[in-house]
Amino acid sequence: MSGNGKNITVHLKVWRQKNRKDSGKFEDYTLDNISTDMSFLEMLDVLNNKLVKEGKDSVAFDHDCREGICGMCSLMINGQAHGPLKETTTCQLHMRSFEDKDTIVIEPFRARAFPVVKDLMTDRSAFDKIIQAGGYVSVNTGNAQDANTLPINKENADLAMDAAACIGCGACVASCPNASAMLFASAKVSQMALLPQGKVEAAKRASGMVAAMDEQGFGNCSNHAECEASCPKGINLSNIARMNREFFKAKIFSKND
Amino acid sequence: MALNLDSKIPEGPIQDKWEKHKFKCKLVNPANKRKHSVIIVGTGLAGGSAAASLAELGYEVKSFCIQDTPRRAHSIAAQGGINAAKNYPNDGDSVWRLFYDTVKGGDYRAREANVYRLAQVSNNIIDQCVAQGVPFAREYGGYLANRSFGGAQVSRTFYARGQTGQQLLLGAYQSMMKEVAKGKVKLYTRREILDIVVIDGKARGIIVRDLTTGDIERYVADAVVLASGGYGNVYYLSTNAMASNCSAAWKAYKKGAGFANPCFTQIHPTCIPVSGDHQSKLTLMSESLRNDGRVWVPKTIGDSRHPNEIPEEDRDYYLERIYPSFGNLVPRDVASRNAKNQCDDDKGVGQTKLAVYLDFRDAINRDGRDVIEAKYGNLFDMYQRITDESPYEQPMRIYPAVHYTMGGLWVDYNLQSTIPGLHVLGEANFSDHGANRLGASALMQGLADGYFVIPYTLGHYIASTQMAKVDTTHPEFQKAEDEARAKLNKFMTINGTKTADDFHKELGRIMWDYVGMSRSETGLKEAIAKIQKLQEEFWTDLKITGAADGVNNELEKAGRVADFLELGELMARDALMRPESCGGHFREESQTEENEALRDDANYAHSAIWEFIGEKQEPVRHKEELTFENVPLTQRSYK
Repeated sequence: MSGNGKNITVHLKVWRQKNRKDSGKFEDYTLDNISTDMSFLEMLDVLNNKLVKEGKDSVAFDHDCREGICGMCSLMINGQAHGPLKETTTCQLHMRSFEDKDTIVIEPFRARAFPVVKDLMTDRSAFDKIIQAGGYVSVNTGNAQDANTLPINKENADLAMDAAACIGCGACVASCPNASAMLFASAKVSQMALLPQGKVEAAKRASGMVAAMDEQGFGNCSNHAECEASCPKGINLSNIARMNREFFKAKIFSKND
Repeated sequence: MALNLDSKIPEGPIQDKWEKHKFKCKLVNPANKRKHSVIIVGTGLAGGSAAASLAELGYEVKSFCIQDTPRRAHSIAAQGGINAAKNYPNDGDSVWRLFYDTVKGGDYRAREANVYRLAQVSNNIIDQCVAQGVPFAREYGGYLANRSFGGAQVSRTFYARGQTGQQLLLGAYQSMMKEVAKGKVKLYTRREILDIVVIDGKARGIIVRDLTTGDIERYVADAVVLASGGYGNVYYLSTNAMASNCSAAWKAYKKGAGFANPCFTQIHPTCIPVSGDHQSKLTLMSESLRNDGRVWVPKTIGDSRHPNEIPEEDRDYYLERIYPSFGNLVPRDVASRNAKNQCDDDKGVGQTKLAVYLDFRDAINRDGRDVIEAKYGNLFDMYQRITDESPYEQPMRIYPAVHYTMGGLWVDYNLQSTIPGLHVLGEANFSDHGANRLGASALMQGLADGYFVIPYTLGHYIASTQMAKVDTTHPEFQKAEDEARAKLNKFMTINGTKTADDFHKELGRIMWDYVGMSRSETGLKEAIAKIQKLQEEFWTDLKITGAADGVNNELEKAGRVADFLELGELMARDALMRPESCGGHFREESQTEENEALRDDANYAHSAIWEFIGEKQEPVRHKEELTFENVPLTQRSYK
């Protein structure tokens, strides 16, 4: 039960990097009296409050909703994106997942396409560029037809929703040995491919988004499946297969290439 | 009386107002639209949908957000759903009923004409979102599914599992990205608004800080749209995101935009209780849980048995008992206040005794675990992750938390504030929810404003306004930038002993204790005195480390807390000057014999609009009288 938490001591090794150009290094900190009911980010709040009181610069890290949906929090915790719990973002991770006197290594998500802004903050705007390359239905605001004129079988609607659950955090990229964005891109391609609304632009979407991934410096997929294992929303690897299918379809039937 | 509070409500029967108004709105020639630029602050449902729609029309849009990408705006966290008057279930819904429910749910403190328009365009929103590929829940026949929500007796809520806000936001975000690709929307991420620039009485630009470099930047446009969300974080603990703040709206207020009904805040009944001093934010669970969960406390004070061991006859399902016709589905303010009453009577549960049970045992027995899991699985998982308890096996513990602010910048029917050219959308404005918002109506309002209202009314403003050609070298930009720099410099040099968070927490405690679920004259006066004292302390004892160039979270927080400290005082003042109870604003002096909120329609059927007249001066309170021609004023009853 909440409130049954005990207090533990943790040793932190935190990546500190002044800005994009700085080479960066680990700093060690020790925190006592950390309640196991605290969230991981609340533990970092405690660290920052302490640092400021000591006249030191606080640790910059990305976070916003703290309820596991905005995708802003990140962090490699002991080498795992979002830490040890399956299908859990860093903000939903609690200190009860750690033992007294544990050493915890905290690093930013690392990938060529995600440069470090400061400390644990990275620039993930490359994901926006992928969506800009076709991750949408080209419908303008206006008099769309009545929503129920387009029945969609529940199975496909549910699969589309499974794919659409992606929060764009980038754990898949950070976990992949090739820093590939295949799981992210394929989740959007799949959602649209499964719905009749997305069919019209399917070919353009698949080839455009794949090209954007390359341009942004993401690597290729070589089936390690680390992305799926680290995804806080349980996005399925089968989406990558679906995107490959869409991509090949686009290439085979393309009039231009 | 410097504020122009002409609401510009169109003449004629309420059903025809919007159609007629749209026809009367002046148009900007398609070829000319590209010559006009619009600044949009915020990329949530309101800002994102406005950016996409205005860019599609041809305007040059500059879009600003505080996060690293527009897709993270806090609309994303809305779980339960979005209302629309489709009447797909054939259960008696209509535009009129949605309008009626919203006015009544808001406890008769919203403007009828705006609410009617909201109900009217609600159906277009669903159509638009489906066309974008938003994966709403569907029935086996392939048609859209609906569920019911608090404050309504029809099923009119569309949803995408427990992630409706996320899916609607991604729909708007994707539409926006489509326009970014075309070059019609320019994105400015990780930017925080430091001031609004007003030239010749019109909003023409903004001053922002780039949160990664610390650079101060100037942007000019023909109009400014604020869609910067609500101010719930004035309470420190709320369900808002950590970066959600009032600063953009507050700067607008100081530049002459009237601030309406700041004391109207919503306390959401189904949140996860506070666990300790380390708590940084509160987590809401969709109130759709109340469709199947039953709220109860032990009948006897001090009954410390495990909830599963408390037999039926020792449980008090107090909402079902007090409100037999709405039961667990009473509106949010009623549900929240009743939870507080139970805890005030020492019937609270859990370690802190500040919680009540929400129990799914009967629903699981009736429908099976699979059905309940399909409906609420992600919420149950979230609850378990935070509390380490399984709602499948024992009741949830819930307690109310600050969730939404109905008050905001005053706007007319065109969604324009008292500063010409400054339009305000979504939660940042005050317009549609009166003193209490019904569940699943925030998403509806954000998208209504952005997709279906502002494209018409902003065009009208641009087409009918003579505008001088200005750029960012105008002296007003210089002045605003100088002031912003001076303020940042001040924060950096106080060199005191307390962090911005320390002050924020202290402010939050004052607000929750005195300007929270229950308010009184003595309490509010005390709150004002305490906040003023805290303000003084803030400006003499704040401590910030690091530098002003580059990322500095402490500096960012200080700016936001400085504004919250002033807004908190205004909220207390507004609550003090409204001695009636209405919706989420409960004044202990004004209640019925049954402890329900008692309105005073003879004296307070108005919106209160506050005008800033100078630092350290008492602001001036103005009124917009509300008339109810279509929904007769009645005492709300959910019995």
